[in-house]
Amino acid sequence: MPVRWLCSLRSRVAEDMADAGPSVSSVTASISVQAEDFDIAAEIETLTHGRGDVGAVVSFTGLVRETAGAGRISGMELEHYPGMTERAIEAIVAEAETRWSLDGVRVIHRFGVLAPGDRIVLVLTASRHRQAAFEAAAFLMDYLKTRAPFWKKESGPEGANWVDAREVDDAAAERWRE
Amino acid sequence: MQILYFAWLRERVGAASEEIDPGSARTARELIDRLVTRDERYALAFGDMASIRVAVDQEMADLDTSITDAREVALFPPVTGG
Repeated sequence: MPVRWLCSLRSRVAEDMADAGPSVSSVTASISVQAEDFDIAAEIETLTHGRGDVGAVVSFTGLVRETAGAGRISGMELEHYPGMTERAIEAIVAEAETRWSLDGVRVIHRFGVLAPGDRIVLVLTASRHRQAAFEAAAFLMDYLKTRAPFWKKESGPEGANWVDAREVDDAAAERWRE
Repeated sequence: MQILYFAWLRERVGAASEEIDPGSARTARELIDRLVTRDERYALAFGDMASIRVAVDQEMADLDTSITDAREVALFPPVTGG
């Protein structure tokens, strides 16, 4: 058994190396900016249905945290710049596609009034191999946080506050420029 | 020229958008310089220029990007999506 497992692993590695060249296949990217919630399983199914070439799907979901600094929040309002938001996300996805060999990308970003625990953002990346999918998903989130025109306003017992941009998010996006 | 404001900048200016004649202003920085002399609201809204970000015709830009041929200039605080 262990020997067979090793053999099969070896042949998979050989395959990996054989198709490590640049991909020319067209990528299907789908972007939605919406008030409605989304179904992660259904989105993964849509992205990968009938796609025998896809070997890895990475899924990132951002949620509304119930704590902000020292306090608890009762809700969050997400404002965005209609028209520009979609264009900005398209540009971010296009950049990811030049950096990694991707077979599919799905981005959903919600706006409007959300409650703690609600889903805010979904990033799905599909690729032949996991590393491209993992890295592209991290890149997309770092860039969405710093380049897509969204603004969060949190409500709590002491009123509502606009969330400040965080330097750690800028630093996370900056690392991809190295 | 259509000027858009978002988040706390929208609240402080008291409008989501307005039509403004940029006059001789060639950049967002020069446009803001013009606005702050016009009304106290703008002086308060644009008190901290380090917190102002700019998009020109829906593309991220900066305060010194040319707005001469722009249809739409958006002014807003640093983004906090994701």
